[in-house]
Amino acid sequence: MSEYKYDYYADKKLKERAGRTHDHGDHDHDHDDHAPINEHDDGPPSEFEIMSRAMQELLEEKGVITAEQVRRRMEVFEEDFPYRGSKLVARAWTDPAFRQRLLDDGKAACAEMGIDLEVDRLIAVENTPDVHNVIVCTLCSCYPRALLGMPPTWYKSRNYRSRVVFEPRAVLKEFGTVLPESVTVRVHDSNADMRYVVIPMRPEGTEGWSDEQLADMLTRDTLVGVTIPRVNAAS
Amino acid sequence: MNAAQTSAPLPSTYTPAPGRRFNVGDAVVVKRAFPPGHRRTPCYIRGKAGVIERVCGVFPNPEELAYGFDGEPKKVLYRVRFTQKEVWPEYRGPDRDIIEMEIFEHWLERAGV
Repeated sequence: MSEYKYDYYADKKLKERAGRTHDHGDHDHDHDDHAPINEHDDGPPSEFEIMSRAMQELLEEKGVITAEQVRRRMEVFEEDFPYRGSKLVARAWTDPAFRQRLLDDGKAACAEMGIDLEVDRLIAVENTPDVHNVIVCTLCSCYPRALLGMPPTWYKSRNYRSRVVFEPRAVLKEFGTVLPESVTVRVHDSNADMRYVVIPMRPEGTEGWSDEQLADMLTRDTLVGVTIPRVNAAS
Repeated sequence: MNAAQTSAPLPSTYTPAPGRRFNVGDAVVVKRAFPPGHRRTPCYIRGKAGVIERVCGVFPNPEELAYGFDGEPKKVLYRVRFTQKEVWPEYRGPDRDIIEMEIFEHWLERAGV
């Protein structure tokens, strides 16, 4: 019995990855180090891309949205959202009262920092010497997008989603995170209306660091809980 | 200068759930049922016993929202904590490892009754 929901984006990424070794057939072109200008140039758009495009055109025609709004939205998704979580947690590290407010009511704490989460609730969970938190959404790919941007491919993969609930320590080890048996691994299945962010432990040797310096070490993966922040990784 | 230094604390965004059946610490069992349709209760947790970790508030019922209805009446949503050994009897890690997730009230029964 399964409630598996087809994950279009994960599937598309896999196909794209498979496509990297494509046969060039009778044509010849360079593959340089630059990202492709348009990743869809290689083939016809998928059914979902056509559907999405048609929907956007209809909404524009009816005056509900403008192309500029869509473009702007994509821009903030890429340029602003991915850095908000790091700033939020860096502040929690340096401001104990804020840390407590973040734990008590994540959404209200985000609002204090001018962050509109666009979801109903945020639950911040704190790593301690005794507990390590890790986040997953087994049913689809629920993720705190307004704090971390778009979820990475591995987060949406069936591999991660099915295994991290069943053998979290093995999965964490694959991310380079080996936890002693004395630490409780606390997995959060983000399966309904809450969104989650991990507050990692602040590493020793960061005393006196600015919020900006601390934010640099608070990478996306540390806030999902698959790894822990390290001093040398930030420099 | 950030917003926090210039504005008073905002009221809690948590909604009360006064008519709820369960409280933090209550022992519960997730219903072992497999109805068709859109459900946010993962199959692997059905039939498993846990403890209420927190009350999240009331939320529109996703089983109705999924089909274009308004999600009313809203349902109480809880976070439930399970031991990994309860969820996966063959779990290889230490007994203390846990898993938590959100379960709507109509999927929960009181344990031991």
